[in-house]
Amino acid sequence: MSTANSEVERRLEGRYKHGFVTDIEADSLPPGLNEDVIAAISVRKNEPQWLLDWRLGAYRKWLKMREPHWAHLEIDPIDFQAISYFSQPKSDKDRPQSLDEVDPKLLETYDKLGVPLHERAKLAGVAVDAVFDSVSVGTTFKEELKKAGVIFCSFSEAVQDHPELVRKYLGSVVPRVDNYFAALNSAVFSDGSFVYVPKGVRCPMELSTYFRINAAETGQFERTLVVAEEGSYVSYLEGCTAPMRDENQLHAAVVELVALKDAEIKYSTVQNWYPGDEEGKGGIYNFVTKRGDCREDNARISWTQVETGSAITWKYPSCVLRGDNSVGEFYSVALTNNYQQADTGTKMIHMGRNTRSKIISKGISAGRGQNAYRGLVKVGKGAEGARNFTQCDSMLIGKRCGAHTFPYIEVQNPTAKVEHEATTSRIGEDQLFYCLQRGISEEDAVSMIVDGFCKQVFRELPMEFAVEAKALLEISLEGAVG
Amino acid sequence: MLSIKALQASVDGKSILKGLDLEVGAGEVHAIMGPNGSGKSTLGNVLAGREGYEVTGGSVTYQGKDLLELEPEERACEGLFLAFQYPVEIPGVNNTYFLRAALNAQRKHRGEPELDSVAFLKLVREKLKVLDISDDLLHRAVNEGFSGGEKKRNEIFQMAVLEPQLAILDETDSGLDIDALKAVAEGVNRLRSPDRSIVLVTHYQRLLDYIEPDKVHVLAGGRIAASGGPGLAKRLEEEGYQWLEDGGIGSVDGEADKATATA
Repeated sequence: MSTANSEVERRLEGRYKHGFVTDIEADSLPPGLNEDVIAAISVRKNEPQWLLDWRLGAYRKWLKMREPHWAHLEIDPIDFQAISYFSQPKSDKDRPQSLDEVDPKLLETYDKLGVPLHERAKLAGVAVDAVFDSVSVGTTFKEELKKAGVIFCSFSEAVQDHPELVRKYLGSVVPRVDNYFAALNSAVFSDGSFVYVPKGVRCPMELSTYFRINAAETGQFERTLVVAEEGSYVSYLEGCTAPMRDENQLHAAVVELVALKDAEIKYSTVQNWYPGDEEGKGGIYNFVTKRGDCREDNARISWTQVETGSAITWKYPSCVLRGDNSVGEFYSVALTNNYQQADTGTKMIHMGRNTRSKIISKGISAGRGQNAYRGLVKVGKGAEGARNFTQCDSMLIGKRCGAHTFPYIEVQNPTAKVEHEATTSRIGEDQLFYCLQRGISEEDAVSMIVDGFCKQVFRELPMEFAVEAKALLEISLEGAVG
Repeated sequence: MLSIKALQASVDGKSILKGLDLEVGAGEVHAIMGPNGSGKSTLGNVLAGREGYEVTGGSVTYQGKDLLELEPEERACEGLFLAFQYPVEIPGVNNTYFLRAALNAQRKHRGEPELDSVAFLKLVREKLKVLDISDDLLHRAVNEGFSGGEKKRNEIFQMAVLEPQLAILDETDSGLDIDALKAVAEGVNRLRSPDRSIVLVTHYQRLLDYIEPDKVHVLAGGRIAASGGPGLAKRLEEEGYQWLEDGGIGSVDGEADKATATA
């Protein structure tokens, strides 16, 4: 048993494959946070006064807030004055108008990440809005989307081109002072993505954003806003990676989804931020607030996440089920290896009648990884006939890791039905031996078993990303092959 | 095919096999019987190379190779198959996918081209027909939610697809009702062939009513205590194992009905 496990563990000590630094001159603000810094960000982005006021309001409240410590995480103190809050590639002065004008080094970076914009976007029919550090560098398929009436652009562009939409929906799902990290983001967010799907439109392609933190000591604070008008549909995928660095980098994003009557939003995340080295040095602190609002009847929001990276993950993509018959779903795979810690889960807030939610969470812990599922199912007084099903499975690989489950259930309506199932299993020496005995190598066996464990979640991902997620999981679990 | 000499093995520091000798020729079917705790399952696990089963002495030669030198997956690729007493569930992994991965790993090892899914499916359907197994089995996850009988049939099905040279069936009859037992036995009989050796490890004689072995061995105290023909199994059924343990350890290569334990 012990020998089998140590063998598995040896193979798990994989190397982070996206750990390269792109050598581009960055135009950064000096480290530090105060009202001047916020004003400087706002000026650089040529923002209207209301947005600057909005930022400053969040900042002033943030100063009075305290870092939350209720999660099952060990976090070294963060020095917010040591972080630079804005960084963009120098070439911003004459921002590229098309992909051809984009710095080849940037494109190379995306290639290394496996996102060849030219090829991939065209072949796969994916529109990619790539965020490099804080500024969007290229958006493909904008024209095609335009024909359908879909707006898909960087957040900064949206502020310039569609200020009325931004103003209407910004902060309407995650109030700017919702929590400590959301307030920080609201004060200093630099860029992100904006999606607007008009009434009755089915977005003709998957929308995708790749985030990557490059410059040292820069926090990345993106802001994503997706609005689906009545009867519309959109599927959005974000992928994230960051280069290897010794120090911890902070990533505090906010994502807001608004689904109106009969609208559906699928939001998928494949997150592979740098997790730190085998000793737990470095890595991204991923403190993210994601929330979807099924604002009107029959709306549907589905979160799917595959989390393999970050030193620390703190995120709870949630659904507020306000409209009658609205549906919220959360499918999650979270993997922690070495010294990674994850405290992740969801909140399903049932307010409308006959609202339904489904939670499928798969936690995988290896090395000394700690994996916690934390989920809240709340059924309000008016949520007649609300239903929830939660399934929460943990898999342990080796003997030094941990899995924890913290389900919170609050029901104020007697007609509600809430189900919770949880299992914990150890990747069996039995399962491994069974595969070996049929001739399958240990490495293939481990990835096969883990893949099977995650199947319920993977099948929620768009096809090409399911393949990518599977590959990512294999990379995160594999050793230096052999 | 298989030659085991003075094999000693221990589990968690406890000595289980204490000098076991066994010769299995090509195409032969051998039954190994014995009371609980005699080391029957240990033998299967040692031969398959399971972690935690430590060989402390003796040798095992399989098709001219030192079996104990090979990794478990190499042994499988060399044609050694263990039908598990408790087949393992692998949730979410499709049975067909699993089996194709196994077959292709073995084919690759032998330097043969891998089968694509169309060719594989054709092969699988032929085998299902021969074994009279419903193809519902193909669409489910490996052993997940299978009944005891289905799990054992699935083992035989895997064996049929992988076509091993040496199959060790570890208590394949345990926990089966009579219909399932007959079906499994029928499956095994169809796989008998001049170039395939089969070792049946069983506690009860009843399996041998349906699969007639060439030789029967009794394992007691970590050694082969007696050997004989099918008649030996019948005697065990009538008299139990006590006479062997009382009579000490020995080996008799007698004719079918005359097997006795030496005093």
